Amino acid sequence: MEAQAIDITLRINGEAHALAVDTRATLLDVLREQLDLTGAKKGCDHGQCGACTVLVGGRRANACLLLAVAVRGEVTTIEGLASGGELHPVQAAFVEHDAFQCGYCTPGQICSAVGAIEELREGRPSFVTADLAGEPALDDAEIRERMSGNLCRCGAYANIVPAVVEAAAAAR
Amino acid sequence: MKPFAYERAADAAGALALVADGLQARFLAGGTNLVDLMKLEVETPELLVDIGDLGHDAIEPTAGGGLRIGAGVTNSDLAADRSVRERYPVLAQALLAGASGQLRNLATVGGNLLQRTRCAYFQDVSKPCNKRQGGRDPDGCPAREGEHRNLAVLGHSEACVATHPSDMAVALAALGALVHVAGPAGERTVPMPGLHRLPGDEPQRDTVLAPGELITAVELPPLAFGDRSSYRKVRDRASYAFAVVSVAVALDLDGDTVRDCRIAFGGLAHAPWRAERAEAALRGAPVGEERFRAAADAELSAAEPLRDNAFKVPLASNVLVRTLAELCVP
Repeated sequence: MEAQAIDITLRINGEAHALAVDTRATLLDVLREQLDLTGAKKGCDHGQCGACTVLVGGRRANACLLLAVAVRGEVTTIEGLASGGELHPVQAAFVEHDAFQCGYCTPGQICSAVGAIEELREGRPSFVTADLAGEPALDDAEIRERMSGNLCRCGAYANIVPAVVEAAAAAR
Repeated sequence: MKPFAYERAADAAGALALVADGLQARFLAGGTNLVDLMKLEVETPELLVDIGDLGHDAIEPTAGGGLRIGAGVTNSDLAADRSVRERYPVLAQALLAGASGQLRNLATVGGNLLQRTRCAYFQDVSKPCNKRQGGRDPDGCPAREGEHRNLAVLGHSEACVATHPSDMAVALAALGALVHVAGPAGERTVPMPGLHRLPGDEPQRDTVLAPGELITAVELPPLAFGDRSSYRKVRDRASYAFAVVSVAVALDLDGDTVRDCRIAFGGLAHAPWRAERAEAALRGAPVGEERFRAAADAELSAAEPLRDNAFKVPLASNVLVRTLAELCVP
């Protein structure tokens, strides 16, 4: 079978983009190769590292496993988080806590944290939430569990966890 | 990845018609496993039929007092549902034990049930694999003599020693969930754990579904003691890893006696393993480690571990005994 191209419209960071995409292209491929939005990173390309994490319809998602033709909902990437020259509170917390070393996983970490903080704000449980009927706690154990889909080969977790805890506390 | 055509179905009938159209087709839901397998060229469909617009996205009470879950409900939405958290905590915990936050936001109930094994040989097209290639060639399963530490100890065959990777399916097997299916021959209902099959001579068939059949919903029957239930998972790291061994348990106590229970193991077999022998051994028994251990033995005595995974048998026993003991404490 020949390569198949389909016309789609993606809404990304508040802007509509009309594009022809190969059916095989993932959202990550289209962001990086067709739209020059290179913040989301290609790490493993198999949904195992989280470096490609973006928000779709406000929920965090692995852009490497999401076919561009199948995307529904507004996409927010790391490029779309800051507003009017002001860093997003999670970005500011990462700077404040020096929550990175090489920075390759950082856009995925930050998008994932933004999604995780919203999930916490809605009272969604995690595997370590002791009382499933109650509100989840806001502590290191909850953040570690909720952020476990984002790997950091530099091992900056010791600073990522307090950055996310602080941003989550501020968002509550 | 091989090129493929892509269509969005508007409803279930349209989806069934599209996959029956002659091309080798797959339904696309969350895609977290299918797209990955397409990258690995383990899956090479000519057509993807996107079922994201079918509207199978509601969680509703049933007339009988159970819960009907649309096949397109995401794993994260199902785990966050109030009724599930309060009445079937074993299911919420199993869902939350699986994958990562961002994967659970994409993955659906139907897709979770139909995900394929993570056996390394299945995922590597340069290696023989009876499950991937079809057949029962004894030389077609390199895992039997190779890397099988996390593969099956129960119900495997000469042809295949793979395990089913889902956590959610283990809870659904314990709860006796009903899987609603639509297909070319009409609609039918498959009770769990009967959806998934043991490998036998046809390891390429993970489930009893026929080609072209579509899961539309999963129904949880009412279970009066479902609120006393729990999912315990042992894995090689604290989070974001497949189970080495897991167990889903629901327990009904009459004072210090087990009135009834539901037990299923994960990580031990080609299918979620409903532990009916253990359940029978527990019904009417006094609570306590001795009887819990005996129940685990009743189930696990049938185990036939491979060279490197015998440790799973005592581990599964310990996991069941500990989970039962914890459920006895209100």
